[in-house]
Parts: sequence; C-alpha cells; structure tokens
Amino acid sequence: MLSVKSLTKQFGGLTAVRDVSFDIRPGEVFAVIGPNGAGKSTLFNMMTGTLKPTWGKVFIGEDEISGRRPYQIVARGVARIFQTTSLFDQLRVIDNMMIAYKWRTGLGFWNTLLHTPGWKKYQAEAFMNAMETLAFVGLAEKSEQLIPTLSQEEQKRLAIGIALVSKPKIVLLDEPTGGLIQEETDRITRLIEKIREQGITVCLIEHKMQMIMGLANRIAVLNYGEKIAEGTPDEIKNNQAVIEAYLGGEIHA
Amino acid sequence: MITKPIHTRLMYLALFIAALLLPLYVPDDYIFQIVIMSVLYAIATSAMNLIIGFTGQASLAHGAFFGIGAYGVAILTKAGISFWVALPVSALIAALVGVLVGIPALRTRGHYFAIVTLCFGVIMWILAGNWIELTGGHNGIFGIPQPTPVRLPWLGEIEFFSQTAQYYLALGFLLLTLFGLHRLIFSVFGLTFMAIRNNEPLADAVGINTFTTKLIAFVSANFIAALAGGLYASMIGAVSPSAASHMLTFNFLIFVILGGIATLSGAVIGAFAIPIIMEFLQFLGDYRMLFFGALLVVVIIFFPQGLVGGLRRLNQRIAVWRQNKVSE
Repeated sequence: MLSVKSLTKQFGGLTAVRDVSFDIRPGEVFAVIGPNGAGKSTLFNMMTGTLKPTWGKVFIGEDEISGRRPYQIVARGVARIFQTTSLFDQLRVIDNMMIAYKWRTGLGFWNTLLHTPGWKKYQAEAFMNAMETLAFVGLAEKSEQLIPTLSQEEQKRLAIGIALVSKPKIVLLDEPTGGLIQEETDRITRLIEKIREQGITVCLIEHKMQMIMGLANRIAVLNYGEKIAEGTPDEIKNNQAVIEAYLGGEIHA
Repeated sequence: MITKPIHTRLMYLALFIAALLLPLYVPDDYIFQIVIMSVLYAIATSAMNLIIGFTGQASLAHGAFFGIGAYGVAILTKAGISFWVALPVSALIAALVGVLVGIPALRTRGHYFAIVTLCFGVIMWILAGNWIELTGGHNGIFGIPQPTPVRLPWLGEIEFFSQTAQYYLALGFLLLTLFGLHRLIFSVFGLTFMAIRNNEPLADAVGINTFTTKLIAFVSANFIAALAGGLYASMIGAVSPSAASHMLTFNFLIFVILGGIATLSGAVIGAFAIPIIMEFLQFLGDYRMLFFGALLVVVIIFFPQGLVGGLRRLNQRIAVWRQNKVSE
C-alpha cells in the first residue's frame, strides 16, 4: 500500500529522522508512536509532501510520491489531517468539505464562469459527497455552521471528514485525539474503526498508548528519529527497547 | 449555495432600477461625470477585491494594470484600430503581463507579495512617464477617439458620444463584471480562493494547486482592471501617467476597505461613496486626506469588513433583537 524506504531528514546538522522504513498493508490501522520530539511529525510531513526528505523515498503502490507537491500526493489517494486542528475557520462546515472534494471534480475557471452542464453536475456531486461524508463523521446537522461554533471534538471530526471526503486509499492522521478528554477520545477511536471497516487504510500518530494498543493492527516506534521497533501491539508491549525508550518504565496498557 | 433573503434581493432590484434611471435625475453634467468615473472605478475595485479580499493576496499593482488598459486603448485607437478591438486586446495584454509578473511575484507571500507588486506598479508608472515615444511622457496622450458606434441588428446604430450613452456603456461593463465575479466567487471554485486566504498549507494538503489558483485570481483581476482602464481612456479622451500610478492603486484600496473587503457589494459602494464624499469635502482641500486617514483607522479597527460588514452586523443584531422580542 504505502511504503517508506530509508527516509531521512536533516535540519542543518540535526538528524530529525534517520533511515526509517516500513510498509503499511492495505486495510490496516498502522500507528507510529514515540516520545515527544522523536520525529513522528517530521516523518508524516515527508510522507505528505510538506517536507522534502534529505534521503529516502515514499511509494504508494508502485508510484513514487516523495518530492511531489502536497496537492499532487492527495490526487494519488493519500489524505492527511494536521496535528493542530487545521480547518478553514472563516468558512462553513459544508464549504470546508466541498473545498476538499474539488480536486476530484472538473470544477475550473471556465466552466464555473460559463456554468456549463459539467459545472452543474460536479457542483451537485461535490455537495452530495460532502453531505455523505458529514453524515459518516456525525456532523450532518452542523453543515451550515461556522467553524468557531463547533466543539473541539467536532472540529477533529470535521478535520477527519475533510481527509475522507475525496475518497482516499489511505488517510494519515496526526494526533486525531490531541487535547480531547477520555470520552471524546473513545468516540474518535470508534470513528477510526469505522474508517477501517470502510476498507480505507489508516496511518496515525498518537501519544495515547491505551488507545493505540486497542486500535492499531501494527505499530512502529520511533525514538530520537530512529525506528526502534515494529510489530503487533503485543510484540511492542513486550519489547525491551521500547520499554527503555519510555523512560525506562513500563507501558501503561 | 448561498441564497439571499428576499428583502436583500428587493434591495438589489431597487438599486438596479435606480442605476438604470440615473440619467433622468442626475443634477448636472459635473456630477454625472463623477458618477461615470465611479462606475469605472467600481469595475476596477471589484476586480481588486477578487485578489485582495477573496484570495487574500495584497496585490498593489492594480493601478498599473488599469494603466496598461488605458494606454493600450489610447495607443491602439490612435493608430486607427477600432475601440471594440483595442479594448479586449489591451485587456489581454494586461492579462499576459499579469501572468509574467504573477509567476515570480506569487512565489512570495504576505507583505512580501505586496512589496513586489507595489514595485511593479511604481516601475509601470515611471515607464509611463518616461517612455516618451510610446506614452507621450508626462504629458500623456491626448485626443483619444471615443468608443466607435456599434451597429446592432434591431436597435440600429448606437453612438457613445453623449454622457448618457457612456454611462450605460460603463454600467453594462460593471454589471458584466459583477455577474462574472458572482459566478466565480459563489461556487466551489470560488471557495478555493477563500481557502487560500484562510489557510494556504491546508488548501495545499486537500489537493488544491494553490499557485495556479492564485495566478488565476491575479490574472482575472488584472484583466478586468485593464478593461476599466481602457474604458476610462476612451471616455476621458486623454491618459497621463496618473492613470497608471500607485496612487490610483491606493484609491482602489481605500474603496475596498471602506466599502467592505471580501464582499461583492462593498467594492461598488466604496467606489461610489468615496468620490462623492470627496466632492462634499472639496472645501477642505488637501486636508481631506487627514479625514480619510482617520476614517480608515476607525474602520479597520471597528469594522474590519467595512461599511457592508458593519451593515451585516447591524442586520444580525436586529434579527436577534426581534427574536428576543418574539420570545418574550
């Protein structure tokens, strides 16, 4: 599905990510965990084109995506959400969704200006898909609202919705439950399970061990920019290197 | 998508009728001339609003593109080419220059983009004042022919020599501009402009080619500005470097900000209201600028969306007040 091959990122003399490789299999939830500053977000940014890797490659199937611009990577079926909840907060919920669907349509300058039959079709198609995905993430009733009126959890759901609306093959979620309380985290966890049931591959970064252990099919652990372990939740729980990385203590699972 | 309430529609209809009947009640030729200029400025200002207000890229080269249109029409019509060919050709030249300027300039962001475009604006102004063979230098170009009459199938020949005819010509272009902008802005395509203004990294991450989208907004704005400039040259009959200067850009900017940034009606209201206020304040001479400076500060602090934004807020307050009254 998505493979990362020897990905390395250097900022000046500092190596944020060193020689990280893994393969994400279709239909699984793959988690990347690690202490703060382990290079998780840098890794994500390289996978989505926001940062250029110093070394190494990223493939989606046979197609190399590293070095491409973010909008080109999205068009190859890789959608993402940002760590800080990132939305178009001057616009309505439905607008946010339609913007994210736009690349799937032929809505350009000329057919918008001339209102061609294609424009009508695409415009309706964008609206339909936006509403469908809003229903999926549980925000159908909020479609007309402005972003600041949504709760933290609703904003996270919308961010996930934005990633899902263009029907990606894989979604990369950077801390989808950051800043949420336990109940809200549980609801987002169920949403991610629902995404997996739809056959969409999920790759996520998280801090919350308990959530990851119950949700992920496989886990990769980063520490100081290097991958120190990869495996099923049970294998990770008993991995000596991982236990040491987390302050030499045990993992609370 | 966004449907307007009925009373707003009625208000627009009333405004439209008032605009159509304007030649009947305009007090004198002098005011009429100011109104015609306001219509042309409204075209240019609406276009500026597309790039600054909706796309969030502070282009300060707008006056230069107005000037390209004005000088283009002046030079071409004086060379004997029909106005109706000269106008679109000049606008297309402005669009082409817009592409050439936009490709490097749009790689910069925020105030850097403002500075780069301002520099281009100043360069065009200097060029207009000093390329004497082409532009006539600081004296400019005189004796530009008025729009050539057009022959229409049923209506016969329409001439554009009277103020009334010129007014309707300008009004026609304004309505066309607003129609086009309305279509662009209130669509998924238009949402991508606002997406870039709001959060460019996210726009990129959801599959929008932000560079191309910004370039489309920039070039469309320049094309329309040049149309307004071309009409201006032909109606005034003369152009000088002031028609391509950055001062003109700042006038447009004041119109947009006071009228209401990122609202279609705001640009038009600003372009009409401010020249008229200027006329009333004539007795203050250059001290008028002090007044506008103060006004600008007040508006930016208290009414970030200008007059139209202020009215909308008022409208919402009234709606809330009514609701409370009903529930009592």
